[in-house]
Amino acid sequence: MDVPILKQGHFLIASIQSALSDADLSQLREKLIERVGRFRARGVIVDVTALDVMDSFAVRTLRDIAHMARLRGAETVIVGIQPEVAFAMVQLGLTLKGISTALDLEEGLAFLNQHTQGRLDEKGERGRIERG
Amino acid sequence: MDASSVADQLRVEIASDVDVVQARQHGRELAAGAGFSTGDQTVIAAAISEVARNILMYAKRGEISLGVVANGDQQGVVIVARDQGPGIPDVSRALQDGYSTSGGLGLGLPGARRLMDDFDIASVVGQGTTVTMRKWRRLPS
Repeated sequence: MDVPILKQGHFLIASIQSALSDADLSQLREKLIERVGRFRARGVIVDVTALDVMDSFAVRTLRDIAHMARLRGAETVIVGIQPEVAFAMVQLGLTLKGISTALDLEEGLAFLNQHTQGRLDEKGERGRIERG
Repeated sequence: MDASSVADQLRVEIASDVDVVQARQHGRELAAGAGFSTGDQTVIAAAISEVARNILMYAKRGEISLGVVANGDQQGVVIVARDQGPGIPDVSRALQDGYSTSGGLGLGLPGARRLMDDFDIASVVGQGTTVTMRKWRRLPS
């Protein structure tokens, strides 16, 4: 199951459409990390609204994506974790410590706009990214 | 469970990562059919995912059977994950958070135990592992 990755300005948006196997998740990770460089992305949003389960592998892969993207200069936000999924994750002991999350795509974009200077400035140069 | 009756037995072979997804989807459907809430369906699916993943990681292949059980005024789903893999030398350690011999997060078995109501492991080194777990729901009277 291929996950479409959209480019919006300096952000990449990966919207997961259905349940993913481990191989699909690993492929998404490779693709996103490659595209961060290709599109000089400043932010990455992974929309997991369609995921009805997040197990240890899925959480580990999302964590890896966020860390790798950061090493490549992009900030990651995971959006759309459903309430039941959050409940099961906590019971499993799975956390996304140190990784930004937002309620939905809209909030995720707002977060990235705030935390990266994702738009080109007037001279067409990349803005500086500020991180706390 | 002598007093309980088992129905709707379903078997899922676990031999690749796609089977993990299959197993948890079947588990969710079964739980939905047995009247579990979507929250409980998710919990059951997550637990199945972890034990299926354990089969893949340590035994390479095995099977998961899913069934609905009744016990008095309770109805439950029972999940049995069976493999003929290397077995677990130290079961109590395998149930500790963060303990893993595979480089995983070490949350699979202890996590699944927290998600379910009943959880048993029988493991013999060199012969394999069987994990049996159940989730119950009270039937409306």
